[in-house]
Amino acid sequence: MNDAIQNPLTLAARRSVLAYMATAAVVLLLMMVFGLLMRMTEGQLLPIGPDRFYQIMTVHGAGMVGITALGSAAIMWYFLSQYVKLSTGIFLANLALFLIGVVMILAGVFLGGFAGAWTFLFPLPAMSMGLWGKGAAALFLGGLLLIGTGFLLFYLDAARAILARYGNFANALGWPQLFGRVEGYGPPPTVVASTMVIIVDTLGIVAGASILTMSLINLYVPSFRIDPLLAKNLIYFFGHVFINAVIYKAVIAVYEILPRYTNRPWKANRVFLAAWTVSTVLVIIIYPHHLLMDYAMPQWMLLMGQIISYLNGLPVLVVTAYGALMIVYRSGIRWDMASGLLFLSMFGWTGGVVPAIVDGTIVINQVMHNTLWVPGHFHFYLLLGVVSMFFGFMYYLLKSGQAADTGLDRASLWLYLLGALGFVFSFLYSGKESVPRRYAVHLPEWVPYDRIASVFVALVVAAVLVFVARFLLSLPRLGAARHA
Amino acid sequence: MYQQLAWQVTLILVSALALVFVFVALRARQHADYEPIQHRGYRIRTRFFWALVLLGTPTLLYSMTDLPYAAMRDRGAAAQVVEVVGHQWYWTLSGNTVRAGQPVEFRITSADVNHGFAVYDPDMRIVAQTQAMPEYVNKVRYTFTRPGTYKIMCLEYCGVAHQNMMAEIQVQES
Repeated sequence: MNDAIQNPLTLAARRSVLAYMATAAVVLLLMMVFGLLMRMTEGQLLPIGPDRFYQIMTVHGAGMVGITALGSAAIMWYFLSQYVKLSTGIFLANLALFLIGVVMILAGVFLGGFAGAWTFLFPLPAMSMGLWGKGAAALFLGGLLLIGTGFLLFYLDAARAILARYGNFANALGWPQLFGRVEGYGPPPTVVASTMVIIVDTLGIVAGASILTMSLINLYVPSFRIDPLLAKNLIYFFGHVFINAVIYKAVIAVYEILPRYTNRPWKANRVFLAAWTVSTVLVIIIYPHHLLMDYAMPQWMLLMGQIISYLNGLPVLVVTAYGALMIVYRSGIRWDMASGLLFLSMFGWTGGVVPAIVDGTIVINQVMHNTLWVPGHFHFYLLLGVVSMFFGFMYYLLKSGQAADTGLDRASLWLYLLGALGFVFSFLYSGKESVPRRYAVHLPEWVPYDRIASVFVALVVAAVLVFVARFLLSLPRLGAARHA
Repeated sequence: MYQQLAWQVTLILVSALALVFVFVALRARQHADYEPIQHRGYRIRTRFFWALVLLGTPTLLYSMTDLPYAAMRDRGAAAQVVEVVGHQWYWTLSGNTVRAGQPVEFRITSADVNHGFAVYDPDMRIVAQTQAMPEYVNKVRYTFTRPGTYKIMCLEYCGVAHQNMMAEIQVQES
């Protein structure tokens, strides 16, 4: 079957994607600046007090999770629209709910003083020792709830569209080709990946909404208690699935764009389909690796956390990254910003998997958990992986609008690579040295690491400033183009 | 030391990955037919998959021979016991002097929010940790081998004075 539908994106739909990416670009840059402020504070280069530091930390964490989810949703929507009919109205409703949620979060944090971290571990939102009130906590939790509701609508619409075209999720995941007697390739990789994301992230959002609602009730009815371990399970299930879904949505840019550069199709063969089906299951059951230091958890769950962490690396390394390498190898590809960033993103994702699996090893987690090793590994695959996918997609849009790369773009790409690598390895090294994460004030012996990291973060911010400026300045032209 | 091991393994594997990506990037501009590349690539991928399985499985199994959870089930084992309670933003310990060479069982809970109980050695390296949770008691057992002053620090964000949660334990000669 020819999977592509004939109608290209309408002008309104294209402009909606541009609105998503412009929002993502601006907020991403702002959150990076917040990250720089945090590192400089830890490095004693800025006089920011602990209360303000933890407010910035709360916004940085929630903001990065949210904005990467928004940007990757735009990538998924843009390419999935080629195969199924999606609703632009629902797409925009998600953006509107997101922006309202962001305003609520910012008000809760910077006006109300909420500093309970994105993890809002029960019962911290209700126990601030007088530093923020119920209203501030409710604004923050309510903002997250609203953002989750928007994403749920987004997924329900995507699910409706996929079901209308493919009949059921099994077909959309390519199970007839994988398990049945149907010969040939499965649905396009974009459809397979989107289906997986819809399944796992709907579950994640429902878990997140449950604990957010319970925490909101607890704020105003303290006698309504939640088991703290259950709360942690729900939060980390939600958090893990939600941020992983970000990567699985964003990688669609790699599946779609690299083949166009190399004239080599990325087909969903059986190995590909098996990998995505396996990932669907693994992403759901892997989350206990966040709870390896919660000894009260059932031990089988903790062992499962480690075993699944090891297994989860296989589909990424053996299928997606390997597939990208194969598609690029001796392809005669034209290297430019889009192809370069997308290729780099595959290194970022796989490179980040290494320290993640290391940390998922229980005996290592016992001395690394909640040190800077943890943000070291997730910044590796988020910064060098997902963010590279975003900007690769943005430059692809620019290219389709006939914009040529400049020397400044190319210099920024190298600066970005240098800054990001220096930054994540500063984090990882600090983790090796047992420096805790989420500390507003560091001991004197840790300060040099923070200062080195600050220099690298500044390089990243400078490079991203160029990426973002290029995109924003091109928006009027991109928004006016009828076809791109 | 597990920290050193984690760092070295990460450096080696990430460098190996980087080399592969550089190798492919340097040959990307040359052009060749895709079909032979696919055939060869799939063969190599099968070997790569099995190499990962053959290396990963023993590593996984071996790493699970030294789990830190024994104290949760091992009720009768003799140990020096230290009861620990986390509060916003301080620790209370039933005692702060223990002997080296004999197991110490920390029984850890929280009076308010989630905290993280981490033991730092005199060189400020983490040697053991667990979570301090309201309504739950997590037990961690550790045998100090070196006398000196050890620090207890909070490793789970617990509010705006989180970084101030420190206590000390004196480890004496056995």
